[in-house]
Amino acid sequence: MESLIQLGIFVTLMVLGFIFGRRAESKHYKSIISREDRYRHILITNEKLPAPEFISHDSGMVTGNVVISVDYFKVVAAGLKSLVGGRLTAYESLLDRARREALLRMQENAEELGALAIINTKFETSRISGNAGKGLGSVEVLAYGTALTPRC
Amino acid sequence: MLISNIEVIPGKRITDHLGLVQGSTVRAKHAGKDLMAGLKNIFGGELQGYTELLQESRQEAVDRMIVQAQAIGANAIINVRFSTSAIAAGASEILAYGTAVRLNDR
Repeated sequence: MESLIQLGIFVTLMVLGFIFGRRAESKHYKSIISREDRYRHILITNEKLPAPEFISHDSGMVTGNVVISVDYFKVVAAGLKSLVGGRLTAYESLLDRARREALLRMQENAEELGALAIINTKFETSRISGNAGKGLGSVEVLAYGTALTPRC
Repeated sequence: MLISNIEVIPGKRITDHLGLVQGSTVRAKHAGKDLMAGLKNIFGGELQGYTELLQESRQEAVDRMIVQAQAIGANAIINVRFSTSAIAAGASEILAYGTAVRLNDR
């Protein structure tokens, strides 16, 4: 009986994770894609030196960070997949979302400053462990770079 | 105080190189926020509480770095890097470091 209850809890968590996780992911992707279009005019590169047309611009640091959590379904799916090896698509989409969101927040920060371009962009990823460190809890992605603003 | 993660500042000349400055902070997670995070681990999605927490602590690390740079008479910090490490369960260290310099208009 007890194991039946445990199984019930497990299945409920899986189903909840699947439904809400999917919904959150598709909503997030939709917002990422629309905002990427809006901020397309702020150029991002990882070159160390500004391009010749930006040589007399003011510079300042901009950052963007985001913490994204996995859902229960993804943890189980990735756990099963790692038995046989191969691509963990569940985690790939998670990290992709987090990186793009961090870049967007950096661009938002740059737009507030009136910047035209961001150079020397760096990423920093760290893991925030969930329950007692087993499995992936959530990931934090930080994007930072130097924004170039026209001098007035 | 000008902060930037590139090595040269456009339109300025570095007159003095004052060495490495750093600032760090160690933050533990909030018990209430952690409870919410535990729930979010089932449903998925962004953990806004943690995003804000990390942003605040990063700002704190940068502020400490600025204090150190001001103390040695710098007016800019270049080549700034961030680093995060989990030092214990539920606590993480955030470090910001860079090179303190004195800049002059060209």
